[in-house]
Amino acid sequence: MTGRGLRVVEFQTVEYVSGPLLFLEGVHGVHYDETVEVVTPDGELRRGQVLEVDRGRAVIEVFAGTRGLDVASTRVRLGGDAARLGVGLGMLGRMFDGSGNAIDGGPPTLPESFWEVGGLAMNPAAREHPSEFIQTGVSAIDGLNTLVRGQKLPIFSGFGLPAAKLSAQIAANAQVAGAEEQSFVVVFAALGITHREASFFRRFIEDSGSLGRTVMFLNLADDPTIERLLTPRVALTAAEFLAFEKGHHVLVILTDMTNYCEALREVSTAREEIPGRRGYPGYMYTDLASLYERAGRIREHGGSITQLIILSMPDDDITHPIPDLTGYITEGQIVLSRELHRKGVEPPIDVLPSLSRLMNAGIGGDKTRSDHREVADQLYAFYAEGRDLRRLVAIVGEAALSETDRRALAFADDFEDRFIDQGNANRSIEETLDLAWDLLEPIADSELKRIHPETIAAYRGRKPATSPNS
Amino acid sequence: MTEIGKLVRVAGPVVVATGLERARLYNLVRVGRRQLIGEVIRLEGDEVVIQVYEETSGLQTGSVVEDTEAPLQVELGPGLLGQVFDGVQRPLPPLAVKDGKAFGEPFIRRGMKIAALPRDRTWQFVPVVAVGDVVGAGTVLGTVRETATFEHRVLVPPGVTGSVTKIEAGEATIDEPVVWVGDEPVAMMQRWPVRERRPAVRRLDPDAPLITGQRVVDTLFPVALGGAITIPGGFGTGKTVQEQSLAKWAAADVIVYIGCGERGNELTEVLKEFPELTDPRTGGPLMDRTILIANTSNMPVAAREASIYTGMTIAEYYRDQGYAALLLADSTSRWAEALREVSGRLEEMPGEEGFPAYLPSRLAEFYERAGSVQCLGGDREGSVTVVGAVSPPGADFSEPVTQYSMRLAGVFWALDTDLARRRHFPAIHWTRSFTLYDLGAWFDNHVAVDWEEQRRWALELLQQEEQLQSVVQLMGADVLAPTEQLVFLAGRMLREDFLQQSAFDDVDAFCPLDKQYQMLRIIRLAYETARRVVEAGTDPERLASLSVLADIARMRDWPPDEVGKRATALEARIIDEVEAV
Repeated sequence: MTGRGLRVVEFQTVEYVSGPLLFLEGVHGVHYDETVEVVTPDGELRRGQVLEVDRGRAVIEVFAGTRGLDVASTRVRLGGDAARLGVGLGMLGRMFDGSGNAIDGGPPTLPESFWEVGGLAMNPAAREHPSEFIQTGVSAIDGLNTLVRGQKLPIFSGFGLPAAKLSAQIAANAQVAGAEEQSFVVVFAALGITHREASFFRRFIEDSGSLGRTVMFLNLADDPTIERLLTPRVALTAAEFLAFEKGHHVLVILTDMTNYCEALREVSTAREEIPGRRGYPGYMYTDLASLYERAGRIREHGGSITQLIILSMPDDDITHPIPDLTGYITEGQIVLSRELHRKGVEPPIDVLPSLSRLMNAGIGGDKTRSDHREVADQLYAFYAEGRDLRRLVAIVGEAALSETDRRALAFADDFEDRFIDQGNANRSIEETLDLAWDLLEPIADSELKRIHPETIAAYRGRKPATSPNS
Repeated sequence: MTEIGKLVRVAGPVVVATGLERARLYNLVRVGRRQLIGEVIRLEGDEVVIQVYEETSGLQTGSVVEDTEAPLQVELGPGLLGQVFDGVQRPLPPLAVKDGKAFGEPFIRRGMKIAALPRDRTWQFVPVVAVGDVVGAGTVLGTVRETATFEHRVLVPPGVTGSVTKIEAGEATIDEPVVWVGDEPVAMMQRWPVRERRPAVRRLDPDAPLITGQRVVDTLFPVALGGAITIPGGFGTGKTVQEQSLAKWAAADVIVYIGCGERGNELTEVLKEFPELTDPRTGGPLMDRTILIANTSNMPVAAREASIYTGMTIAEYYRDQGYAALLLADSTSRWAEALREVSGRLEEMPGEEGFPAYLPSRLAEFYERAGSVQCLGGDREGSVTVVGAVSPPGADFSEPVTQYSMRLAGVFWALDTDLARRRHFPAIHWTRSFTLYDLGAWFDNHVAVDWEEQRRWALELLQQEEQLQSVVQLMGADVLAPTEQLVFLAGRMLREDFLQQSAFDDVDAFCPLDKQYQMLRIIRLAYETARRVVEAGTDPERLASLSVLADIARMRDWPPDEVGKRATALEARIIDEVEAV
């Protein structure tokens, strides 16, 4: 996958091997962060990266693992070059391993050029502010946590919750209203997920007929753990090429970031670094940012990178360092709820902790509809109140509630049953907002405090034209 | 001749060089072939430890390291306003230019060099001193129109005194001398080391507020000009929206906004919005009073550490001209994490949560650079008000950065996850937040005599509501006395109709002080009128459905010039309707 430089030097001076790391002695002129080739005693080639150079010593992480390496005969080749990916339009429709080698048995891809996978920081002054509404067909997202082109939005899931299905559904249905070329190119990066999950995505992509506009990078659960640190970088490099060089709108799906963070912790532990919260390294925020911040748009360039990041919250704990640090970097989050899942609500999105920070830029009269912001605020206010009352009713019983309270309670149930729960239906934004007005129908004008009277006058009484559920 | 050393170790943003015997702590060095910018942070025998402000990938052991023999400095002069810099004051828009295209190079490459302030641009220098005048540090030598409405004052740099021997008025670039003090030529631009506080005559007591136009802030938790605020909040609680609202509406002359380890798109939002928004004080674009320091989360971590000092020094420079500067840092947690990361690479003994033991003293140095001062060289007063956002892990306020900041800042706006989830914005929690500035007298004198008394009433009622809430959680609403039920009604009005404020609504985003006063007065009047009729035996349930409540909820839509008229009309209606029940 790489174009190697000519100045390759080979060393056979391994001092010791520990965990995923290899310590090389007596080297000179090593470049920090350069990519290396490790030749095992059996002659197998493995790729690695320099993590630290200290005088004559270099610390190398070996992506494919250190099993089978020895001190005496293992050789390391240094070429002074950063890790690169051969990029080209031939990547579309193909499947690669976590380091970017084709694994689908097809012909070699013909790279147009070789890009550094580490990526560079985008100049904030060159960024275009993302503001194009993406219709995902999911009411809880389109109506209340709107996604825009160039946004990075994670799905905070739990083990056993249908995050994969939701992201596949979004990938299949996502469209930009009014855009001529509606389709996204999808770059899919599997990070330590199982064969079952990976084949679910592959089948879904094949069934939706979009294989030809998909690039897949697979590092599965039984693939080398440390390679997982490379996989998202490789995938994002492919995405940057397709977006900013070729002008495509790219949707990148990274799943599951929890596995990535665990690989990061493994390397950090092997280096005997001072651990941060729950043993994750103190630089995990910066490391995650170096991936997530590669989403976006560039001024005067076509194309965009939208990231949909799936992560499983260990024990459904949103304060765990992985979702916590992610939430501080991404532009909002979609949170799945085990309780809603048990109730059979699909997708089980808990809208209260969910958020889209770029929503305001993507909605309104010229983008979705002029009542969008106000209706969304009103739904939130009533639903939050209803949820509070559920707790209260569990203690004091429904009899103690006032008439207004009972209405709020009924609203929360109605909202979950009809608005959030939509099965496989693909709803337009019009349908979503009309459905919202239908839910607000029983409530008096004076109680719709978040909606201006003029908006009420213009939209009151709307109902979705078609049946909203499948 | 500058000293040249050799690179021996590279690990992330920290590198080690040998052979720099004359290097001093905090000297600026140039590392490797591409001359990356670095700063000496430790001396250990013949080893010099350097934090590098650029990506260190590709650095090779054995490369050259050059000592510049000066500390990290910023350039101060006309041309700062409206500009976007990175953490070490490189202007970002010119870095993106390539092949004549404004955004031909959208990525930041290593070793890019560019002066902070443009050298080719000329400014019209208007002297205010005459030959023979005796001047000293801080004396205003002349003025420059930096933007259409902003008068930049050219000051004698600290350390220079004497009498004016020559003046060159008119067009000049920033590095051409315009005034000679004795033999010393003084240009419009001066330099200052970022880690050093700029001098002033003395500090002044904080006794006037910084008006923000936000009800929960101005009415409940106001901040003094020259004060310090800390805003902790978990993700999604609105720290950034809060800082941006301050940047838009606060009554300051200059805004320095530091995006420190945060999202790239947030700065883009500021860059897109601010040139289009009008500064209500000057009528010019809001961008004309704003300086952005952008060191996003994926930019080099050491420059994140420096960005805070770069911004602070610029803010102090405008303070010294006699202006009110507002410095917004989003977020100080990311800055603290940068300290932690560098400290970890130095293998220092960690303190709490892995942060270095010197974290509290560094935070103190930062917050204590806030203040109102009497400026050097004349009868001017200036101020730097500091706002530091804090991003506590897991929204847990017991973590070190929140705790230390809380101790240092005079105002604490606690952003609450629960409020944010129900979309109550600004999510400033009324019982967990506090202000230590005693500004009641100012408001009583400048807005209304009973301002402070009314404020206390609101705080007490909210407190009472919270207590009753816990009773209801246990035993249901039935156990409450009728007047206690009214507390809920009033609490709800306060929370929903007064404290909530939409940052995105054209009218509501900025609420003038007299409107804040009237809105609160009406709510109190409604509560007290209702209390009278309830005490006379009316069922409080019947009051809950009054149509006048909807009018109270819409007070926020009142145009500022009709506030008095509308308030009088609503007052009458409230009394009529309530008493009719």
